[in-house]
Amino acid sequence: MKKTVLYDKHIALSAKMSAFGGYEMPIQYEGIIKEHQAIRKSVGMFDTCHMGEFIICGETAVSDLEKIVSSPVSSIKQGQCKYGFICNENGGVIDDQILYRQGETDFMMVVNASTEQKDFQWISEHLSGTTEIINISDTTAKLDVQGPLSLRVLHKILKEPLVDLPYYYFKNNFFQDEKIIVSRTGYTGELGYELYCSTDIVQSLWDELLNLGVAPCGLGARDTLRLEMGFPLYGHELDDTINAAESGFNKAFGEKDFIGSKKIKESNNHENRLVGFMLDGRRSARHGDAILDLKGKGIGKVTSGSFCPSLNTACALGYVPQEYSNEGAQVIIRTERNEITANVSALPFYKGGTGRKKPSDFI
Amino acid sequence: MVPADRKYAKTHEWVKIEGNLAVVGISDHAQDSLGDITFVDLPKPGAQVRGGSECAVIESVKAAGDLYSPVSGKIAEINESLETVPEKINTDPYGEGWIIKIKDFNAAEFDNLLDAAAYENFLESEA
Repeated sequence: MKKTVLYDKHIALSAKMSAFGGYEMPIQYEGIIKEHQAIRKSVGMFDTCHMGEFIICGETAVSDLEKIVSSPVSSIKQGQCKYGFICNENGGVIDDQILYRQGETDFMMVVNASTEQKDFQWISEHLSGTTEIINISDTTAKLDVQGPLSLRVLHKILKEPLVDLPYYYFKNNFFQDEKIIVSRTGYTGELGYELYCSTDIVQSLWDELLNLGVAPCGLGARDTLRLEMGFPLYGHELDDTINAAESGFNKAFGEKDFIGSKKIKESNNHENRLVGFMLDGRRSARHGDAILDLKGKGIGKVTSGSFCPSLNTACALGYVPQEYSNEGAQVIIRTERNEITANVSALPFYKGGTGRKKPSDFI
Repeated sequence: MVPADRKYAKTHEWVKIEGNLAVVGISDHAQDSLGDITFVDLPKPGAQVRGGSECAVIESVKAAGDLYSPVSGKIAEINESLETVPEKINTDPYGEGWIIKIKDFNAAEFDNLLDAAAYENFLESEA
């Protein structure tokens, strides 16, 4: 099992640790709900050093990436980030990733920890000779600072102001005279930033943020926060076998051809649809639970489910046939112990997020 | 510290005798393992429960677990406040977070449970 460079910090805070993506990661420190609320109402941080980062560059980088990722690449501005999928020939999802355009022909790609090796292999095989890929995951540390007070806290420790950074843009900055990349991105729905720096300085960055009152948050809260926003988690909502079109994340697709796009655009692949469910009460559904119609016939499977602290009810994501995917449609979810009625709900479940609000309102 | 005024099951429930009732809850260790508790599915008063069998479900943000009744008997009372404030089990597992009260319970089963010292040893051996 691998450890991030912040492992000792988690142990010092008595975090509950568990395996995730090949790493021993903190699931919670003081409690999932408390950490969840810290990010919704104030500010918290996640160790995301386990995630993978690749540099992809060279004169053919743009044209190669146009084939490899689902979103448009040539239109990404320098300093902009873009979310998209890497698909296989069948339209299944190899990974979801964010592309950072650092220069005309220079990109950083951020991928999931569990898929890093597989992604690197796949991308390498699909690059032309004039594009280079370098895996910088082992020397790149990452911290996500999220919540309405994130900007205020970062202004205290970073050299350059961040207030003008638009949603899904990034900029170089400095922490203790060391270069650090800051993007206005995140996985929580709140105003927040992802910080990329050298593994040499991330421990003092962590300590400084902790001293400023930023709540350390584990993967447990990360999961409830992203579920409330309806964001997909690779290995749950997305995998190699599910056609990317069924996920409904149309923003991740460009009007272009890319690997898998033919199968994604064929309408007969779209019989199922990823939808959100609000459950009746506080009992939760879990990954793998069966979704039934009101007559008790199996129609789909839950991909993620949890009690959602900001909604005070349980929510779930899952795939069902198109005809059951309209908002308000009623289904039954069969859990290990119970049958719970649920209604198809528009996403995000949680609508109070500060993620896209004006940062100047949060200084 | 595990309170010495009650006995414990290896499945991490406690039982405290109050008059002719056996009060049942879960240990601090159990609530800590479950994490933030979000829902408790309680049995109905009057229901028969069997020692060592499931009688309630406790759900947390991350997991769901069964409550095994440490003794056989009949449900006399349930902690209805847990329906709206299940986190009482986290904040006060040995007091306000009690779960059920059992009447006509099997005293021999109670005698066979672990005392506080034995339960602490058991927790250490499991760690």
